[in-house]
Amino acid sequence: MADAVRVSVIVNGRLQEATVEPRLLLVHLLRDTLGLTGTHVGCDTSNCGACTIHMDGESVKSCTVLAVQADGAEVTTIEGLAQGTELHPLQEGFWAEHGLQCGYCTPGMIMAAADLLERNPDPSEEEIRHGLAGNLCRCTGYHNIVKAVQHAAKAQAAGAEAPAPATAPERVEAGA
Amino acid sequence: MSEGNGTHVGQRMRRKEDPPLLQGKGNYIDDIALPGMLFAAFVRSPEAHARITSIDASAALARDGVHAVLAGNDVDLEAGLPLAWVPPGVEIKAPEHWPLAKEVAKHVGDPVAVVIGSDKYAVVDAAEDVLIEYDPLPVVVDIEAALEGGPLVHDDLGTNRVHDWSLGGDVESALGAAEVVIERRFVNHRTAGAPIEPRGVIADYRAGDLTVWSSTQIPNFLRIFLAVQLGMTEDRIRVIAPDVGGAFGSKLQIYGEEILLAWCSRKLGRPVKWTETRSENMAATHHGRDQIAYVKMGASRDGRFAGLHVRIIADMGAYAMFLGPLIPSLGAFVMPGCYRWDAVRTDITGVYTNKMGTDAIRGAGRPEATHYIEVMVDQMAAELGIDGVELRRRNFIPKEEFPYDTPVGMTYDSGDYQATLAKLLEHVDPAQERGRTADGKLRGIGFSTWTEICGLAPSRATGPATLGVQAGLWESALVRVQVTGSVTVYTGTSPHGQGLETAFAQIVADRLGVDPQQINVMHGDTSQGPQGLGTYGSRSLAVGGEAIARATEKVVAKAREIVAHKLEAAPEDIELRDGKFSVKGSPGSGMSLAEVAGLAYIPEGNLPEGMEPGLEQTAFYDPDNFTFPFGAHAAVVEVDPETGKVDLVRYVAVDDCGPPINPNLIDGQIHGGIVHAVGQALFEQMAYDEDGQLLTGSFVSYALPSAAELPSFELDRTITPSPVNSLGVKGVGEAGTIAASAAVTNAVIDALRPVGVDFINMPLTPMRVWGALQEKGGVTA
Repeated sequence: MADAVRVSVIVNGRLQEATVEPRLLLVHLLRDTLGLTGTHVGCDTSNCGACTIHMDGESVKSCTVLAVQADGAEVTTIEGLAQGTELHPLQEGFWAEHGLQCGYCTPGMIMAAADLLERNPDPSEEEIRHGLAGNLCRCTGYHNIVKAVQHAAKAQAAGAEAPAPATAPERVEAGA
Repeated sequence: MSEGNGTHVGQRMRRKEDPPLLQGKGNYIDDIALPGMLFAAFVRSPEAHARITSIDASAALARDGVHAVLAGNDVDLEAGLPLAWVPPGVEIKAPEHWPLAKEVAKHVGDPVAVVIGSDKYAVVDAAEDVLIEYDPLPVVVDIEAALEGGPLVHDDLGTNRVHDWSLGGDVESALGAAEVVIERRFVNHRTAGAPIEPRGVIADYRAGDLTVWSSTQIPNFLRIFLAVQLGMTEDRIRVIAPDVGGAFGSKLQIYGEEILLAWCSRKLGRPVKWTETRSENMAATHHGRDQIAYVKMGASRDGRFAGLHVRIIADMGAYAMFLGPLIPSLGAFVMPGCYRWDAVRTDITGVYTNKMGTDAIRGAGRPEATHYIEVMVDQMAAELGIDGVELRRRNFIPKEEFPYDTPVGMTYDSGDYQATLAKLLEHVDPAQERGRTADGKLRGIGFSTWTEICGLAPSRATGPATLGVQAGLWESALVRVQVTGSVTVYTGTSPHGQGLETAFAQIVADRLGVDPQQINVMHGDTSQGPQGLGTYGSRSLAVGGEAIARATEKVVAKAREIVAHKLEAAPEDIELRDGKFSVKGSPGSGMSLAEVAGLAYIPEGNLPEGMEPGLEQTAFYDPDNFTFPFGAHAAVVEVDPETGKVDLVRYVAVDDCGPPINPNLIDGQIHGGIVHAVGQALFEQMAYDEDGQLLTGSFVSYALPSAAELPSFELDRTITPSPVNSLGVKGVGEAGTIAASAAVTNAVIDALRPVGVDFINMPLTPMRVWGALQEKGGVTA
């Protein structure tokens, strides 16, 4: 790898550095170099969305981003969504509403839905369906995925009305 | 909310499987890495039919990190890839089928060489450097052309005709006597299973022992064939199906890649991993459906069904896959559908073409059969001028006649077809779902009242001397109570999304009086528990679940003896109440399962004379009959007459799969099953051009439905227990898929009939529908 490139990415709050081939896909950096195998690969044309993560606060398909493009970025994967042992409202929603079967599309689906709720905290069913159109699921027929997102939206709305916790959750310091 | 009789059975319990999967902590095949692991990449034929004239691997081998490049003749296996169906009295012409094509490639995607190296990017680069020269041969793609003198796929067979197989009686007499006979030609096109996780294999051979991880539905079958093909014995082989990211029948196969990677690991002395790409999955993971059917149906003028004759030409693709030729026959078993007939007959002819092999895809032969039956029923209704719903009612097998012997030799276990249809009509009013919408769309409703055959099993009806499957189809279970009272259940089924860990735990929890969270369900590892047969054919609950129930009952029986001995009572006076085994009438004296286990494992004279210590039991269960789930579905569509685009706007399903173990899991199976068939009806098609080039080789061109194309569904159920097993369950994994394509197609025809289109074949794409409208002169919005 004569032309290897050094990249630094903050992944789930921790600074990660690696020397990579320029053509290395971000999803492979996450999975193979960093061992974060929760982000999946389901196609080779950016259609299925199983590899969806957040990069600098927006959902992206990490099979369509080069690792070098993520240099200096902040990345959140499915492994970084829960707060300790407390599930994210979407994780809770998918569990409560039976929104997953084989589970393979689930991490990407949840990350896409998290981005959707960030932009639109109270989406209609149609908005949810269109918002998740870039993420394919073969098991659930999407019915319970829609319910799971509605479940999470409701929970987040209820949480927003509740008084803020006394101390904000600690941020993990960068610099692993 | 309980919908059953048990404390846990019938509950909408959250799945035990989910917490790791929700947090990215699943363990799918591509998540697994072994020290020293090499990677494999395949070189596949870009030609549909071509002689391999030379293979030059020198450039590939010169690359850094490449350990080997192997072609078909480099690999010595004891046997080729298996066909597990040998029907008595029927000749199946099966060609040699090796993991790598030896002389001639027979379809696009046929593996020709494999590159093994130390880096997964490098082996893909090297695969591109393998220079293969092909001498193209004549190609046959069209199913009927292949039968009628087209080019031969396999010269040595001398024909493209795979087999001829029939089931049923003298349908000609029944049709001859019928007052009205109609005939239609159906094209039930080729589709993909398309699980979101492609396949993958890791093989690790060391010092005489082989471990294979594979994304498979059938780890035990795979172990058998690894042994046969590698010349090993099963005791030295362990097969593990880790978390499997969906399968839908497409991982019910013995694939060449699984065998070849094991061979390569043995040859190279290193673990080898292959992860299928989506493009490979579309080209070289088996496809499903792909039939042409000529269907003749006869009835009296007043709408009494007389005869049904279905002649199927089924495309096997280029090879006879594991169960490929058997698949259309599964449809023949339920060709009578829910109705009484004088005679029903199915004649099946298999045919080879230069396309990927076909085999089981969700429903496996029954979606095709239901499509033919249910579309024909509506066609006959139109011919007779009788409402389709009324025509169905007049011909349903009455519930009093179950168990019902059909004219094709099956015995339907139980059913109440009038009840499911009546319940469906509580939810949907056909009169409200027809006509022009305010924006000019054509609205229509279609029905599908269906039954299917599940619970594969029973061996006495499927084995070598009867149907011809070269295996038993029983299922096994081992229920082990640990010394502290926790429970491990080993099942021979191999779930991959169905939620069976949860359902099985619910079944065991009620019988042992413990919390389902204390029950761990183990599956998909041939080194654990007794041999089993895997997950397919909606068999895992009706066969595998019953095996677990029976093993658990054996544990209960032993527990009662232990408790009776301790409490100085008779075993038959011991009952399980509120989580304790106690003497009837004196609940205060009871013992928990943990206390019983303590006695069983630390006996110290606590056990009855002669009783072995320990508290675990095994059961092998082979049922007496299949199960026959059923239901009534309705689809409502709106067709844009100017573009031909079909929108599915409502879908209402009433299903009956017996008493629910976990209603959430049933609903989830129905939802996903419906969409699989809606996909076939409206969007999906594996298409090849006339040169055998695959046109739908990725998710760009193969239109898997997304959330945006679908409505939410309206579900309800009736509960008719099966008498076949103690749980009363029938199976549900394929139900939605078996029902839905006919409902959607009937709805589109219903919408189009007022403008003159009275029959149409799937896929009901805008182009297909618009074309049909143009033939009638076009319609404006």
